[in-house]
Amino acid sequence: MASVSMTVNGREVSGDVEGRTLLSSFLRDDLRLTGTHVGCDTSQCGACVVHVNGAAVKACTMFAVEADGAEVATIEGEANADGSLSVIQQAFQDHHGLQCGFCTPGMVMSAAALLKENPTPTEAEIREYLEGNICRCTGYHNIVKAIMAASGQDVAAIAAE
Amino acid sequence: MYAFDIERPSTIADAVTALQGEDAQALGGGQTLIPTLKQRLAAPSKLVSLSGIGEMQGVCVGDDGAVCIGGATTHATVSREAAAHYPGLAALASHIGDPAVRNRGTIGGSLANNDPAACYPAAALASGATIVTNNREIAADDYFQGMFSTALDEGEVITEVRFPVPQAANYQKFLQPASRFALVGVFVAKYADGVRVAVTGASENGVFRWAEAEAALSADFSASTLDGLNMDADGMIADLHGSSAYRAHLVKVNTKRAVDAAS
Repeated sequence: MASVSMTVNGREVSGDVEGRTLLSSFLRDDLRLTGTHVGCDTSQCGACVVHVNGAAVKACTMFAVEADGAEVATIEGEANADGSLSVIQQAFQDHHGLQCGFCTPGMVMSAAALLKENPTPTEAEIREYLEGNICRCTGYHNIVKAIMAASGQDVAAIAAE
Repeated sequence: MYAFDIERPSTIADAVTALQGEDAQALGGGQTLIPTLKQRLAAPSKLVSLSGIGEMQGVCVGDDGAVCIGGATTHATVSREAAAHYPGLAALASHIGDPAVRNRGTIGGSLANNDPAACYPAAALASGATIVTNNREIAADDYFQGMFSTALDEGEVITEVRFPVPQAANYQKFLQPASRFALVGVFVAKYADGVRVAVTGASENGVFRWAEAEAALSADFSASTLDGLNMDADGMIADLHGSSAYRAHLVKVNTKRAVDAAS
């Protein structure tokens, strides 16, 4: 067992983990932050995307010990301090950017990483950035629309196909 | 996953020492290795993470003008920091996997694994790169030795990769859309002393140079000069994603596209 410490959503946390403990397992099982979803466990689906030192990563494809000392942000830290939805979360609600909701934590965290890098992405840039996030309800259209809206851009151009 | 110990050294020297144990395995970004461990296709007794080694991070330009990339540098960092120095290489890095994979996966990990459909081997071979390890320098022409096989010895670590910068270059990746690996990828690099063409994703022997195309393009750097050439389907990969003839066809198509797009 190894001891790890990190900052998760602004809170100092620590724990004892095995070498093989994934960051996703540490977040879910040790910290009980179950908003980070494990969809495929094969690094295909992106439901487990969190930010480590500001960069979007798949928490199921990184060991907890590799995040020792890091700043981690999960979906639980996405809402505003007063508990209201963040701009991105609100846009997902307004534009029906989720159906079953399973992929949503990863979608929102990927969207947040994209908008930090590129505050006004084109539709094509949004679609390319979401290559590693799979929605098995196939609700991509409204997800893209929600991210477009969250960036403050007009979504009328995205036709309701 | 089977249980293992994991170490996070902060220097190359400590990593090399840690890797001397039996069944020890270097861990780059883990974007291939961790899924492999989950499937129990590998069972190292110890992993040595290279992600905490500062001297293996980052992009710089050497005295000879070559772009030098630390072995533990992520694809995302290469795509940002190499863009001003070697745009063709940065563009390749910016399309590996997906954004989350690019934030973890490293150039050293990709080259050490030498997946037959990975992107970086094509760039390294077409650029005549030098693979620098903890104890020697290996020319790309000597480094790649077939599918998942390289000149690296047990416990040897890629500390840096040096890319001579070409006059013009381009990488064309015909995407296998589910895996985001290359079904066929072609990297064309034009240097003062000739053109190099490296192909990934196509051959059963892993990345290779297309000598006939190199000769033709060195004489006349235009896509039409390749019209008379044909890639032999013999030895090309055939699987559910494409036949060997299809892959051979894609080699030529993508080489022409790369020549047209080279800048």
